[in-house]
Amino acid sequence: MAAEQAKVDPMYQFTIKPLGGSDAWTLGEGFNIAFTNSAMWMLITTVVLFLFVLGGMRRQLVPGRWQMMVETFTGFIDNMLEANIGKAGRKYVPYVFSLFMFILFANLLGLLPLGVVGVHPFTFTSHFTVTGVLAIISFSIVLLVGFWKHGFHFFSLFVPHGTPLPMIPVIAPIEFISFMVRPFSLALRLFVAMMAGHVLLEVLSSFVIDGTNAGVGFGLLVGLPSFILMIGICALELLVAGIQAYVFALLTALYINDAENLH
Amino acid sequence: MPQIAQLADTWSSQVFWLLVFFGITFFVVGNLMVPKVMSTVAERDGQIAADLAAAKAARDAADEQEEAWRVRENENRAAAQAIVAKAKDEAAAKSEKKLKAAQTRIDKKLADAEARIGDARTEALAEVESVAVEAAQDIVKTLAGVKVTKPVATKAVKEAMANG
Repeated sequence: MAAEQAKVDPMYQFTIKPLGGSDAWTLGEGFNIAFTNSAMWMLITTVVLFLFVLGGMRRQLVPGRWQMMVETFTGFIDNMLEANIGKAGRKYVPYVFSLFMFILFANLLGLLPLGVVGVHPFTFTSHFTVTGVLAIISFSIVLLVGFWKHGFHFFSLFVPHGTPLPMIPVIAPIEFISFMVRPFSLALRLFVAMMAGHVLLEVLSSFVIDGTNAGVGFGLLVGLPSFILMIGICALELLVAGIQAYVFALLTALYINDAENLH
Repeated sequence: MPQIAQLADTWSSQVFWLLVFFGITFFVVGNLMVPKVMSTVAERDGQIAADLAAAKAARDAADEQEEAWRVRENENRAAAQAIVAKAKDEAAAKSEKKLKAAQTRIDKKLADAEARIGDARTEALAEVESVAVEAAQDIVKTLAGVKVTKPVATKAVKEAMANG
């Protein structure tokens, strides 16, 4: 009986498993650096992204479809940075482009229905260890640029323009807290959005499986609507994958703008 | 929730491999490839701008040439008209001169002819007088038997002729 019942654990998809007996790999003072399924999908993301951009490097005067697509993405990031930061924003194109495309490809690759051929995609952006590191990198760039360009004057970021003098002791701590929350909100937003979507899909798929296993009646009553809903949610998740990558890149751009153009 | 349950075991691996692969992405894709893609775009934009500028310059040059041609054409037409007018004037002057010469010639001929006619008439009149004198002498001689001398007869004839 237990064998017939397919047990679907919606959280199991996020489990990290070392691949090819790399569990014991360590770095320095015993930091484990096992090559996990998560690392594997980072590798796949990197390779796919590399191939994607490589296809856009034919440097033709009249671009083909692929080159047009790559140029659209670089132009998109370029425009976003120019709109939010100005001319000084161009030097951040390599970073923001890498960030945006890395997250976008990770999100999209994690959604691929490769389960049907026995390969299980792993969405590493649904781990806050990963999104946290990306957020910290973005936040560090903001701090470095801010202090590099403005020195200690960068602290005036916590005093919005035109604040009345008596209000400064109240406003400044609030601004400081909102500033320090940025990396957390940046990391958690992406992590939560990706995890929620995948959990939702997994739960719905468990409805489909369990409903169908419970008989034709339940299958039609529960399984079929759930399956139809899943198709819709998949489309929504594709949208979320793009939006979350965009939001991450856009907020990074806005934060860099704070550092680049103080007030 | 594996993200938290496995945190202690996997965070270093996650961070390490993310830094490795995001690092590769950033340095290879972001720093090496993206600038080339963007320079291609910039080159194309530049090319398009240059082509447009060249086209505009060519059109301006064409306009200028057309204007110059128009000016030259007008000049040529004016010159041609001047030549035609000059030729017409010359021809008119020549024909006038010729006409004048012909007129003169004709006038002279007319005058000569008139003079000749006058001479002829005078001669004829003289002849008529002499004939009349002789006739008068003969008539008088025959009729009256009086011999009239020539001067007297002449005088009488002249008187009669003057009376007409």
